[in-house]
Amino acid sequence: MSKSRRDFERYIPYLLILPALSYLIFFIGYPLIQALYLALFPDGRFSMENIDYLFTSPFSRFEEAFANTILLVITIIPIQVAIAIGLAMLFNMKFPGRNTALYMVVLPLTISDVAAGLIWYSLLSSNGFFNKLLINLGLISEPIQFFGYQFRHMEFLAIVLTELWRATAIVFVILFAGLQMISREYIEAAEVFGATVWQRIRYIVFPMLKPSLQAALIIRTLFAFQIFGVVWILAGRDIPVLAGEAYYEQVELKHTGVAAIYALIIALISIVIGYIYIKLFKAKYLEV
Amino acid sequence: MVDVHLKNIVKKFGKTIAVNGINLDINDGEFIVLLGPSGCGKTTTLRVIAGLEKPDEGHVFFGDREVTYLPPRERNVSMVFQSYAIWPHMTVYDNIAFPLKIKKVPREEIDKKVKWAAELLQISELLNRYPHQLSGGQRQRVAVARAIVVEPDVLLMDEPLSNLDALLRVKMRSELKKLQRRIKVTTIYVTHDQVEAMTMGDRIAVMNAGKIMQVGTSEEIYLKPSNLFVAGFVGSPQMNFFEATVRINDSNIILDAGDFTITLEKEYAKFLKNYDEKTVIVGIRPEHMYPLDLIASKKGTSEIEGTVDFVEALGSDTIVHVNTRNMIMVVKISGSHRYKIGSKIKVALDLRQLHVFDKSTEKAII
Amino acid sequence: MEMNDMSIVKYYLVKILIAGGATIAVLWILTPFIIAILYAFTNPADYYSPNIVLPLRYTFEHVQKLLALGATKAIFNSVAVALMTIGLSFILGLPAGYAFARYIFPGKDSLKLFIVSLRMFPIMVIAVPLVTLYIRLGLSDTLLGVALAHTAMSLPFVIVITSSIFAGVPKELEEAALIFGLDRKGAFLRITMPLALPGLAAAAIFTFIMSWNEVFIASVLTLTNRTLPAFILTSAMAATDFIKFAAGFIMILPAMIFVFIARRYLITMWGITLR
Repeated sequence: MSKSRRDFERYIPYLLILPALSYLIFFIGYPLIQALYLALFPDGRFSMENIDYLFTSPFSRFEEAFANTILLVITIIPIQVAIAIGLAMLFNMKFPGRNTALYMVVLPLTISDVAAGLIWYSLLSSNGFFNKLLINLGLISEPIQFFGYQFRHMEFLAIVLTELWRATAIVFVILFAGLQMISREYIEAAEVFGATVWQRIRYIVFPMLKPSLQAALIIRTLFAFQIFGVVWILAGRDIPVLAGEAYYEQVELKHTGVAAIYALIIALISIVIGYIYIKLFKAKYLEV
Repeated sequence: MVDVHLKNIVKKFGKTIAVNGINLDINDGEFIVLLGPSGCGKTTTLRVIAGLEKPDEGHVFFGDREVTYLPPRERNVSMVFQSYAIWPHMTVYDNIAFPLKIKKVPREEIDKKVKWAAELLQISELLNRYPHQLSGGQRQRVAVARAIVVEPDVLLMDEPLSNLDALLRVKMRSELKKLQRRIKVTTIYVTHDQVEAMTMGDRIAVMNAGKIMQVGTSEEIYLKPSNLFVAGFVGSPQMNFFEATVRINDSNIILDAGDFTITLEKEYAKFLKNYDEKTVIVGIRPEHMYPLDLIASKKGTSEIEGTVDFVEALGSDTIVHVNTRNMIMVVKISGSHRYKIGSKIKVALDLRQLHVFDKSTEKAII
Repeated sequence: MEMNDMSIVKYYLVKILIAGGATIAVLWILTPFIIAILYAFTNPADYYSPNIVLPLRYTFEHVQKLLALGATKAIFNSVAVALMTIGLSFILGLPAGYAFARYIFPGKDSLKLFIVSLRMFPIMVIAVPLVTLYIRLGLSDTLLGVALAHTAMSLPFVIVITSSIFAGVPKELEEAALIFGLDRKGAFLRITMPLALPGLAAAAIFTFIMSWNEVFIASVLTLTNRTLPAFILTSAMAATDFIKFAAGFIMILPAMIFVFIARRYLITMWGITLR
């Protein structure tokens, strides 16, 4: 092979990756910079007026949105992780029908958050399944109101329930994959050397699951901060969240700069959270 | 230190019968090897003894104690797994200490015992390392150290040397055996490598298709195989087998193999008396056949003649494939010898090492 | 033998717990789906009747009304966007995936890490600035614009997934092709691709679903040419309950069909990519 041909061969992988890479850098990098510009340079001059707007304008629901988003995240994620861990361990054991059950449990991953919201609306509305069931069982006499501005706390609950139903599968799938990768012999060895089921979980399974747990938490938390469709369908603007406000400011109020700020805030939170998780979870070893 | 008794162990997986009625008595302090090809049920038997599997039928006793349905925890067994199963997220020290930690042994004692085990296995400098920093051989020693640190009643080993390279394997064989003699624990060792089994085992249980074919010392297995399978499985190159018809005369017995005949003394008549005019399978090991020009006396031998078909020069031995018109006999000669392919050769068979098997039951007659 | 009996009791207890747990999990997930589908077709009288928990009589009228309202067009739009997204992200992503699978080159790990971290990036951040960009480019309120944004969203996923699919095709098979007369390109097309096809098909289905479900970007970037989620978010929200239920149904239908077809790949793919 001639020298020039060999040199060319070296560049092949880069050439193959280049189109995708440039596309990504353009479509993500450029809008990012553009967002900064829109947020901090409205009308071309540097100005804090968009940030000002967030805190002072009567239209702005920023503080509420921020608080709500964080509240939702803190409520939903720990419960999801607990359920997902339980499910992952359950499905790690072989039982007849496991594969079919697996496909079913993972179904919520395939639908959009809007669809999830609509589904739970049919469950929780005043003529919905849940209420009718309870009434007909004689447990309540009036339907429980989940929706409407005056029932905001119920709307919050509805959102939590829907998210638990919809997004636990994300955490589950990652943990399940991680669990499957733990060779059975590691656990059997512990069994032979005297560990009870709990001891096996605590000393062997859990530590080896840490990388998966880290990945699952990062992904889930980051997505949780972007929560939008479910909230919008079930509560509209009764419960403002960061992404919802971004949408509202952009599409209804045409305040592009403000919307950009919201988006940037979400991005910033994502980076910070990602960093925190990585630091928290230093997994010291690599599975051989 | 206990003796182990297996009575009528049967274990099925779905429709497959992995272990089909195993009876075995293992003596206190003995190093017994379960030897057999893949799929013969040896690992399953080991796992039943460990408590990782429960048998469908049968009983396991440690001494007088029935342990058949006890979880591994309550049996005081230790195991070295084929892939070592060293936990990657713990240091070598923690790996070895784990069984003691679970048993809630006080910390100073754990320290003493871990250091003792590490010393025995010569891995004392590695105690603070992580498994991914160790070589395969080192990891294997950690697995063994972990297994002996609790001073178990029974030590189980599932092909622990199969993942090591050849030189290391030979070295570890003698080390493991010496270790076992030192700590005197009843050891059950599974392997498919017959050389390993022969060099390490006090006794060997040869298994095939879920059953034990023969139990005995390496000498017994080698010199007196009780059936065709054991005769063919042990010994390298494999024993020569050929069919022959038995003819009982007044003065002697003739085994007619077509290409040649073998004449036996009358004293063997009592074994073969039911086989007159019947076909049997005869076996003779390659190392028990000698070229005529290399032996001093022909007493107690029978001759066959053939042409040299193929020669394997191994340096320490020479293996000659002799073509006797209708079959090939393999002859193993000590030392380096030259034979020309196509040349005629006469070989003597040591009649004292001849084996005769019933064709249908495959059991040994002589 | 007491030991025997105790162990048998424990054994069955564990089995019951497992079966029970699995059943509860499956029911918890499936019930909302079933209810929502039933309600999408419920007879209005049954719905408002307080004593009827599950509808007894069914009708297509809600779905029909929804389609008439503009859902049909929205569905076409969604399909168009999804297909464009698949096309674009595969054209760009497949070569990159192949490069990561087959080549070793300096910077490989960092590049891969960079692309993977983009997956976790909140993609809605790009939606707002894209509005202004698109106005300038004349892409505002177009399906192509949405598809371009969706491609940016799914490209990292496609790269990672195709990379692992190609890595799963043993290199020796390509090398054998090279020895027996094909060039690199031929080996790729005639050996690797056919073997990778099932995995790639599943990845395509997954990309379709991701695009089909995406709501934020689509809502921000379009006004008249809305995709289905955007359409439902705006128009259907003000409508009656029945319309909402019907909307839920048509949103989940393609996903359920596709998932059933590609179910075997689903778990492994999600597990791999989300790591």
